[in-house]
Amino acid sequence: MEPMKYHFEVKGDDFSVAGENSSKVKKILRQLGFDPETIRRVAIAMYEAEINMVIHAEGGYIDAEISPDKVKIVLQDKGPGIPDIEKAMQEGYSTATNSVRELGFGAGMGLPNIKKYSDDLVINTVVGEGTRLEITVNV
Amino acid sequence: MKVSELAEILGGELLSGNGEREVSGCYIGDLLSLAMSRVQADNVWITIQTNINIAAVASLTDAGCIVICDGFSPDADALEKARDEEIAVITTEKSAYEASKLI
Ligand SMILES: Nc1ncnc2c1ncn2[C@@H]1O[C@H](COP(=O)(O)OP(=O)(O)OP(=O)(O)O)[C@@H](O)[C@H]1O
Ligand SMILES: [Mg+2]
Repeated sequence: MEPMKYHFEVKGDDFSVAGENSSKVKKILRQLGFDPETIRRVAIAMYEAEINMVIHAEGGYIDAEISPDKVKIVLQDKGPGIPDIEKAMQEGYSTATNSVRELGFGAGMGLPNIKKYSDDLVINTVVGEGTRLEITVNV
Repeated sequence: MKVSELAEILGGELLSGNGEREVSGCYIGDLLSLAMSRVQADNVWITIQTNINIAAVASLTDAGCIVICDGFSPDADALEKARDEEIAVITTEKSAYEASKLI
């Protein structure tokens, strides 16, 4: 079966949309009858990556590819990039500003969550150019 | 326990969602990405966050109910999203500690 493909645009600095694309993908997976655990893992990983694009990178684009055996989410932004990816992957590391922290972001758990809940995570990042995340969750 | 019973126990107000929904288990926290990974389906999530992202986290985790403690109220857009997604939101004057003791 051909994978089902979806394309989303994410606006930067707009917290009011608050992970709505993740919600859309979650609803699609539910309609397609995926199991709750797979849906949960995709929802967590995609939400964290989507929010990171808003908070840290002025938005970007998301492509979701849904196949019976796996869900692949690719997020591409033209933000500042991540200078030290090893550090960024550590639990508790965050460069979130105070105004963003007041909203509850900035625990430094987003990237660790993505790693934990996905089966494969590939991060390509270039300082000054942007960041690309490829997240795969196997069913 | 039902959401409506929870609201009563907490002396709180149910602002949105279905009072008949069954909830069980509880997570307390205000950091969204911790809540995202810790809140389990049907859990009561106690927080003092009031912005729209609580509705997103509750929806994505299938939380049973959000309890906003210490007398805070949800922002208008947070409540609107909660109503759209049929997420139960209860507000209470009680602290997170008092609320969790009562659950
Ligand atoms: N798309 C991105 N572009 C630029 N920097 C990023 C991006 N994603 C993450 N980062 C950097 O990596 C750090 C760690 O990200 P992570 O998601 O783990 O934590 P956080 O977003 O700061 O807080 P939390 O996700 O817990 O709310 C961020 O603080 C930021 O410096
Ligand atoms: Mg993050």
